[in-house]
Amino acid sequence: MLRARRRTWAVLGLTGPAYLWLAVAIFLPLSAMLYFSFLTVAPFGGREATATLKHYQAFLDRDFYQVLTWRSLQLGLHVTFWCIVIGYPAALALARHVPGRWREALLLMVVLPFWSNALVRVFSWTMVLREGGLLDSAVRVIVPGMESLDLLFTYDAIVIGLVHSFLPYMILTCYVSLQAIDGALIEAARTLGASGWVIFRRIILPLSVPGLFAGVILTFVPVIGSFMEARILGGRAGTLLGTVIEDQFTVVFNWPRGAALSFILLAIVLLILAVAWPGLRRHLPQG
Amino acid sequence: MFRPRRDTGAALAGIWLALILGFLYLPIAVMVVMAFNESVLYELPFKPTTVWFERLAENERLLRASANSVGLALANTVIATALGTMAALAFARYTFRGKTLLRLLLFPPITIPWLIIGTAMLVMFFWIGIGRGLHAMLLGHVALSLPYVVVVVGARLASFGPSLEEAAATLGANPWQTFRRVTLPVLAPGVVAAALFAFAVSFDQFVISYFLAPPGVSTLPVEIYSAIRKGFTPEVNAISSIIIIISMGVVLLFARLYRFGGAPADGGGR
Repeated sequence: MLRARRRTWAVLGLTGPAYLWLAVAIFLPLSAMLYFSFLTVAPFGGREATATLKHYQAFLDRDFYQVLTWRSLQLGLHVTFWCIVIGYPAALALARHVPGRWREALLLMVVLPFWSNALVRVFSWTMVLREGGLLDSAVRVIVPGMESLDLLFTYDAIVIGLVHSFLPYMILTCYVSLQAIDGALIEAARTLGASGWVIFRRIILPLSVPGLFAGVILTFVPVIGSFMEARILGGRAGTLLGTVIEDQFTVVFNWPRGAALSFILLAIVLLILAVAWPGLRRHLPQG
Repeated sequence: MFRPRRDTGAALAGIWLALILGFLYLPIAVMVVMAFNESVLYELPFKPTTVWFERLAENERLLRASANSVGLALANTVIATALGTMAALAFARYTFRGKTLLRLLLFPPITIPWLIIGTAMLVMFFWIGIGRGLHAMLLGHVALSLPYVVVVVGARLASFGPSLEEAAATLGANPWQTFRRVTLPVLAPGVVAAALFAFAVSFDQFVISYFLAPPGVSTLPVEIYSAIRKGFTPEVNAISSIIIIISMGVVLLFARLYRFGGAPADGGGR
C-alpha cells in the first residue's frame, strides 16, 4: 500500500512539471483560441464581446478565403510531389548503391543543412533566384541573348524554397525504411528471374511505403501552415491562408477572425492526420 | 551478367546524389560568398571585403538580438532537458494508467503547424496577462522542445533495462545514490543529445518568437526576418553565415563523437 502510494507520487512528480508546462503553453492556448474564434471582438480594453459564428460564416461567404485555402493545399501538393520525385530516388541510391562508409557521410551531408536556420536558408534563395542573381547569370552564359530570368516573387520561387527546406526530411524517412529491406529478399527475386523493374515494383516500393508516408506527412502538414517562405520568396504572389492568418494577428488585429482561420487550418491538418493515422502508426517506434 | 547493370546503377546514383547536394548547398554557398562581396546590391564581379562583418560588429540591434537568442536557447535547454528527462524516466521505469494518453499528448506540439501554436500562445498570453517578451518566448520554446527531449532520452533509456538500477539497490544504494551513480552516467549521452536538440529547436525557432516579440525585443531570427522584409543588406548575409557555420560545425562535432544519423557501417541493407 505504502509502496503503491510512493509510486504514484514518483510518477506525478516526474511527469507533472513537463505536462503542466505543456498545458499552460500548448493546450490552454489552443482552447483559448477556440473560444476567441466565437467572439465578435477580442475582449481587451473594456470592449464588450458577444458570441458569434460570423468568423466561420465569413470563411464560407467569401471566395477569397476558400481560394487561399485551396492555394495552400495546392502548394502542399506541389512541394510534396517534388520532394518525392527528387528525394525518393536519392534515398534509394543511398540505401542500395552507395557503399557503407560513403553512405554515412553522404547521409550526414544531406541532413546537415536542415540543422541550420530555416529562415536563413529561405533567404539564401533570394540571391539565387533574383534578376541578375546566380541562376539568371548562369542561364545567360549558357544561352546568350535570352531575356532575363527573374523567378523571385513568383509561385515557383516559393515551391523551390520549400522543396529545399523539406527535402532532407523526405530523404531521411525514405532512407530509413529502404535500408531496412532485407537484401536476401532481393537476391531471391533475382535468382528467380525477376527483372530490376519487377523487383522495384513488387518488393522495394511496397516495403518502403511507410517511410514514404511519414515523409509525405512531415512535408505536407508544415507546408500548408507556412507563411514566412511565401512572404520572402513570393512577395505579392505569395498570399496564402498562412499569410492571411499572420496579417490578422500582426497587421489587421482582428484576432477572432485570425483564430477562426487558424482553427479551420487546424481542422484540415487534423483531418489529414486522422486519415493518415493507420498508416502512420505502423511506422512509429513502439514502446 | 549483372555486373555492367549494377555499375551503371551506381554511376546514376552518384550523379543524382551529387546533383541533390548541389541543390542543397548552392544557395547557402552563394549567401556566404555574398557576405564577403563589396556590392550592397549583391552585384558581380566579386570584390572581396570584410566590411559587412565590421558593420555587423557595430550593429547594436543585431548584437542584442543575438544575445537574446543565445540566452533564451540556454535557458530553454536547461529547463526542457530537466523536465523532459524526468518525464522520460517515468515512462521508462513505471507502468501507470494514462501512460498512453500522456505519450499521445507529446504529438500536438510537434505536428500542429507553428503558425497555429504561435498565434494561440499570443492570444492566451495576452489575455491572461503574461504578455509578450522573452519570458513568453521561453514558455513557448520549452513546450516545443519537451517532446523531442522525451523521445531522445526515452530512446536511450530503452537501450538498457532497469537491471543495473536493481543491482545497485540490492547492494544497498539508496534511490538518490542509484540515480546519481548508475542511471545518470549511463543516461548521459542521451541527455547531451537531447540538450543539443533543445538548443537547436530554440535557437532556430522563428514563428513562435515572431508572434511573442513585443516591439523593441527580438531574437536573431525575428531580427533577420524584419531586415529581409525592409530590404536586403549584406549584413544579414554576414550574420547568417556565422550562424550556419557555427551550427553545422556543432552538428559535425557531435556526429564525430556519437556517430548518430546513420546505421553502423556494416549493418543494414546493402
